[in-house]
Amino acid sequence: MQRSQREKVYKALLFCSALMALFVIILIGGFIFKEGLPVFMKYGFKEIFWGTEWRPSEQLYGQWPMVLGSIYITLGALCLGVPLGVLTAIFLAELAPRKLVSLLIRPAIELLAGIPSVVYGLFGMTTIVPVIRAISKKVPAYAEDPLLSTGYGIVAGAIILSIMILPTIINVAEDAIRSVPQDYKEGSLALGATHWQTIYRVIVPAAKSGIMAGVVLGLGRALGETMAIIMIVGNSPVIPHSLLSSVRSMTGNIAIEMAYSSGEHTQALFATGIILFVFIMLINSLAMFIVNKEAG
Amino acid sequence: MSKLFKSKFFAIVLVMMITVVAGCGQEKEAQSEENELEGTIQIAGSTSVQPLSEELVKAFMAENNKVRINVAGGGSGAGVKAAAAGTADIGASSRELKEEEKNVKEYVIALDGIAIIVHKDNPVNDLSQEDIKKIFAGEITNWSELGGEDGAIHVYNREDGSGTRGAFTELIMGKEVSITDKAIIQNSTGAVRTAVAGDKTGIGYISLGGINEEIKALKVDGVEATVENIKTKTYKIYRPFLYLTQKEPEGVVKAYIDWVLSLEGQGIVAEHFIPVK
Amino acid sequence: MIKPQKTERVAKVVLWTAAMLTVITLVLILGYIFLHGFSKLSWEFLTTEPEAMGAEGGIFSSLVGTIIFTITTIIVAVPVGIAAAVYLCEYTKNGIITKLIRFGTDALAGIPSIVIGLFGFAFFVTLLKPLTGGWSLISGALTGACMILPTLIRTTEEAIKAVPASYREGSYSLGATKWQTISRIILPTAMPGILTGVILGIGRIVGETAALLLTLGGSLFIPTKLTDPASTLSLHLYKVAMEVGAMDVAFGAAAVLILTVLFINISAALIMSLLKKKTIA
Repeated sequence: MQRSQREKVYKALLFCSALMALFVIILIGGFIFKEGLPVFMKYGFKEIFWGTEWRPSEQLYGQWPMVLGSIYITLGALCLGVPLGVLTAIFLAELAPRKLVSLLIRPAIELLAGIPSVVYGLFGMTTIVPVIRAISKKVPAYAEDPLLSTGYGIVAGAIILSIMILPTIINVAEDAIRSVPQDYKEGSLALGATHWQTIYRVIVPAAKSGIMAGVVLGLGRALGETMAIIMIVGNSPVIPHSLLSSVRSMTGNIAIEMAYSSGEHTQALFATGIILFVFIMLINSLAMFIVNKEAG
Repeated sequence: MSKLFKSKFFAIVLVMMITVVAGCGQEKEAQSEENELEGTIQIAGSTSVQPLSEELVKAFMAENNKVRINVAGGGSGAGVKAAAAGTADIGASSRELKEEEKNVKEYVIALDGIAIIVHKDNPVNDLSQEDIKKIFAGEITNWSELGGEDGAIHVYNREDGSGTRGAFTELIMGKEVSITDKAIIQNSTGAVRTAVAGDKTGIGYISLGGINEEIKALKVDGVEATVENIKTKTYKIYRPFLYLTQKEPEGVVKAYIDWVLSLEGQGIVAEHFIPVK
Repeated sequence: MIKPQKTERVAKVVLWTAAMLTVITLVLILGYIFLHGFSKLSWEFLTTEPEAMGAEGGIFSSLVGTIIFTITTIIVAVPVGIAAAVYLCEYTKNGIITKLIRFGTDALAGIPSIVIGLFGFAFFVTLLKPLTGGWSLISGALTGACMILPTLIRTTEEAIKAVPASYREGSYSLGATKWQTISRIILPTAMPGILTGVILGIGRIVGETAALLLTLGGSLFIPTKLTDPASTLSLHLYKVAMEVGAMDVAFGAAAVLILTVLFINISAALIMSLLKKKTIA
């Protein structure tokens, strides 16, 4: 084979590989829509998306409880995880002694990111759930309601999820803070501002969009988490009316019921997949938009 | 060093690829010769039946070492579908077939009792079928109504579609009443048991084989949930484990199913579940 | 009014607390898992087959399953990932197609594993059943490959971008073709970065459960060919904890998993520093 021909073959091969990721995401979207759309068509978008009752054995496929469930757990996780994550990121970028970071905190964060979600689930199920149950049984208003006093629920899920999204938030936010030009900081300090004032008034505002990107990525991770969630949140397909209420997430709905489902029930689970897919694509686009805005 | 590294890397990739291709080619050898059992069986379906199948298969393969049996999970629904379409040689189901699914051959390989369980410190020992129905329907919500200590009853339910839930609903709840929405959903026997073991006011239902010292199984209308009582049909809450085939089984598949239903196979069934013979 | 010096001190305390809280959380989780799992850890636990549906015996088959599954996934994913990154870095200008490819890669990175699992179930397990054997090692590996592809592409891209332009120029000026430059200069130089990406991918594969629940089959037997169902440590842990309810085995498996992740992290760090030293020398 001629040299130039060979070069062309290599190029074509590389191009095909590069297309693979795009191809896969189109396939994923295509398959999930193909399997899940029939249910939307048959019962109507409104009935499925806004429907409040999920009883597959009675042909009721309302997704709203799971949508709300996912939103509540995710928001809860962000409320706990974002402050801790951002503060830790500031600490790492601005305050921490270098040795402490490289020997202790950085490996800790990496390990935190590497722990499989089933292990988080196992931990949450055997520690956090019993503690919350013990507390809620002492509060008369909660103890009476069977759905609020079991320990399984939004609060337990949010606590575990907040730990799981910490590494994402910390890493992205720290990068953003570190990439703030040194001049900003020096200028502020030269004007007589204290270190904290500089962080608070100059560095964090300058790194705002990077920090936001971290938060949005954490949001995506929380929304997509499955195994830890189903071991902790109780999985009742009801509209939650309290923070202690047992809920079911969209991801959990799929993982729990896929195994025994058949026919229309399976399609309804793919419908859950469609909603989750669309949510995630929106969130990712938002994250990309934030990052690009910063870059451009 | 970089050159060495590169060539090493590509050599490794090459070897790995060859392994993959070779692995792909290996499929579908040997169908059975006369008399001597040889071949491959694919079992797929219910995750409740899967562990039992694995125990059975292990013993069967030890006796017939030219037979290879794969046991995959996937769930009862998938098992029924796989059997009907012939994509698996044997489909496994832990629930009765629905009317529209009855186009396959079915073999009951075991029975599995369903026990009603509570926390081991719960003073209640015996409930009537009617009370159980009311608890799971959400009409009775406090243990004090049943002679227990004051406390809101936490109902632990299985997910919709589960064989255990199907059997429980059919036998206890009947057609008109459905299980309360205010129930925690756990998606396996172990998960329900762990949950009830840690919850003083919890109640749930699990496979009889799943009972251990962590929880207490209730008597139903005075009858204890035991293998004996299910055999004599005095304890009425149980479900079948089914093996399904597309058509009349032949060759290795037939040999395996026959063996499962033989004394030897049923002996293994008896270690965890209730034999059918 | 609060003095700036006082705020400064308070802020410092808050920041230290936040960072330490992160570390303490990790220590708590690790401590708890090891406290419960340590008594199970033994050579025997690692090398005996699971008995009684996983409630007794060891975790040997799922340990072997994890290794086989990881290798298969890496073989499927790594060549594609590296090739894609090379194309993106070396061959394209910023056209529409590149933008689309980049969008695809970024989007794929954010897709939750359960959704990828759903796809794997519909495509590899159901549609391609005659080829993959349904729930099997290869179905799981292909699904896993979809999951780690974005990580591989990204880290490889970073590594390639870090190769100094002078290397390329030198190679071209000596008359090398583009492919020669890539295969002999760029890829070897970028190797430490690429390896780190591979190791990150391995970490993700080892910890994955949700997608494998729908595609791998979860068998207790060691797979002998690609179309056999298999199980991994994470999947086994989930089943043992939830299906069987044998918490001691579950904690033992969890401890092994954490040690594996720790091992992966440390070896990634070691490889990085080792190769860095060699390149400098």
